[in-house]
Amino acid sequence: MSDIKKTKHSHEPLFHLVKRDDMKWWQAWLVRIAAIVIALLLVGVISMLLTKENFFSIYETMYRGTFGKLESGSTVMLWKFLQKTAILLGLSLAVTPAFKMKFWNCGAEGQALVGGLASMICMIELGDKLPYPVLLLVILVTSVLAGALWGVIPAIFKAQYNTNETLFTLMMNYVATQIIKYYLYVEGGGSNKINPVAYGNLPTIGDNKYALNVIIVLVITVLVYIYLNYSKHGYEISVVGESQNTARYIGINVKKVVIRTMVVSGALCGIVGMLLVSGTNHSIDSNTVGGQGFTAIMVSWLGQFNPFIMVIMSALVIFLNLGSAKVADTCGLNSSFADITVGIVILFVVGCEFFIRYSIKFRHSKKEVKA
Amino acid sequence: MISYIVRAILIGVPMLYGATGEIITEKSGHLNLGIPGIMYVGAISGVTGSFLYENACGNDIANMNAFLAVFIPLICCIIGSMLMGLIYSFFTVTLRANQNVTGLAITTFGIGLGNFFGASLIKLVDSDMPSVALTKTSLFFCTKLPFADDLGWFGELFLSFDFLTYLSIIIAIIASIVLTKTRVGLNLRAVGESPATADAAGINVTRYKYIATCIGSGIAGLGGIQYVMAYANGSWSNDAFGDRGWMAIALVIFALWKPHMAILGAFLFGALFNANTYAVGLGVETQELFKMLPYVVTIIVLVFTSMRKKREHQPPAHLGLPYFREER
Repeated sequence: MSDIKKTKHSHEPLFHLVKRDDMKWWQAWLVRIAAIVIALLLVGVISMLLTKENFFSIYETMYRGTFGKLESGSTVMLWKFLQKTAILLGLSLAVTPAFKMKFWNCGAEGQALVGGLASMICMIELGDKLPYPVLLLVILVTSVLAGALWGVIPAIFKAQYNTNETLFTLMMNYVATQIIKYYLYVEGGGSNKINPVAYGNLPTIGDNKYALNVIIVLVITVLVYIYLNYSKHGYEISVVGESQNTARYIGINVKKVVIRTMVVSGALCGIVGMLLVSGTNHSIDSNTVGGQGFTAIMVSWLGQFNPFIMVIMSALVIFLNLGSAKVADTCGLNSSFADITVGIVILFVVGCEFFIRYSIKFRHSKKEVKA
Repeated sequence: MISYIVRAILIGVPMLYGATGEIITEKSGHLNLGIPGIMYVGAISGVTGSFLYENACGNDIANMNAFLAVFIPLICCIIGSMLMGLIYSFFTVTLRANQNVTGLAITTFGIGLGNFFGASLIKLVDSDMPSVALTKTSLFFCTKLPFADDLGWFGELFLSFDFLTYLSIIIAIIASIVLTKTRVGLNLRAVGESPATADAAGINVTRYKYIATCIGSGIAGLGGIQYVMAYANGSWSNDAFGDRGWMAIALVIFALWKPHMAILGAFLFGALFNANTYAVGLGVETQELFKMLPYVVTIIVLVFTSMRKKREHQPPAHLGLPYFREER
């Protein structure tokens, strides 16, 4: 076909694209790291233009916003950073099995919210009735079930009727939000909020209330890695994700895999909800997850479905979030500045995939090949 | 009752703009999840434009030219949202990045931009309320038809709206006609259904994708400015626009990818959106459950359209997939 084109058109385009698959993994990662660095530099330049601060002091401010004062040695900020990273990472891990199957689970937010709501209800209703270990078990089971239920409803319709899952899960978020708001009125009365409940809180390690959350999410990271790479389920997920026809041909029950994977995905979201409610806030409101469900989708994609890379990516996103919020704060800008920087960095990383998958061949270089 | 319907239509119009824009984009095979962000950018660009114009006129309505007061915000809005559309299409068409992720990033970015510049403007006006009031520009936008007040309920129901409301319906109908009845529309649908076939037939796929996405974004952005100027009477406050952008995307499915169907859908969504405020005698907690209605209805519609599996009710076949000519 290209031959016909050439004879028809006298001039050849200046460059054309060729798909490549010869890039080594470390080269690919160099491209990605370069993209992140360029994006961070761009963020610095934009901040500099907006705040008229010194270019390097901006990064210092970002660092201080994330980890606290350089010399004070306090770990409070560090643990907040780890906690936020862990929650984002947990949600990213939760959506990953679904993504690998090409099921766009945009409902991590809602699934985590109903998981959290289930914990909350257990803490309030059963808090003083059950012994502590039993209570924790009940909280875990109900949150997992609630999250899984919220995830499996869209999956059943996807499997049966091929209903668009992106919008279905998206709408489920808002349904969950409204249920929480309803519950806040019912339980909180006129004040419209629930005071922290003393029962059914996850145990703390020492007096550090974030450490357990971080450890649980790290364990989940390893488990998800094993699940995706070394289990039969993980294999089926990747085959279904690559091609549903192939999956059917080799005898995989696609519907079953779709539903099962979304149960896993929703259940993991439910656990994150439990960590937020029972493990951290001991209370709930409609903003408990705080839009992280969407960020998680991007983190999962940036991490190339690899849980360990997601650790780095979620840390990067949280660093940008906290850091740019600090820059905005010290310079009197609005905290939405953080959304802008996160958006820029994600666009850069998503865009750089192009240079990994395609190479640009210019006209003259092609002639050299011929000669 | 009449005021309820009027309110419903006013709420529905931004969603109609968003949905029309998204339909045009999706017909080219691109699922633009950036629409919520683009609508924010459209709104804030328009707000910034009219803010500057009001200041240039010394905040005095006597100095303001009616045409410029409307034209400047509109053009700013269209330029702003089209630029966002251009970013989206550069990433998804030229760089062939994943459309969902790019779209979500655009949404994060756009909402961030909107709130950021909104906050900056709020700081500039230095008022007690956390909002920018552009009531003068809003008055120009909301100029009613001259005889609307004389015709009773008929006037209120059909003639009392701002011009952007009528424009939204006109745009939706034009979009419908262009998509189904013209050569350009046929080409665009071909690009969305099977870009390789369209390419072989000599259609410039890249150009169609770019133009469809940018025009779609521009139209969606108008929804943002309509919300600020007509629904909110010219006051911008951060996050006030809410999740209407997502509702617009849901509306696309509700309307089965037909802009003229989206008109009815938008008004229905508008009615559901404020059903809670008119359902008399409910407690606050039941009202919160009522606010669930638009989302639940969307889900039900999603399920039903997918169950019926009629061919003309399906999304474009190549929706969400990148096109690379040398790939077979």
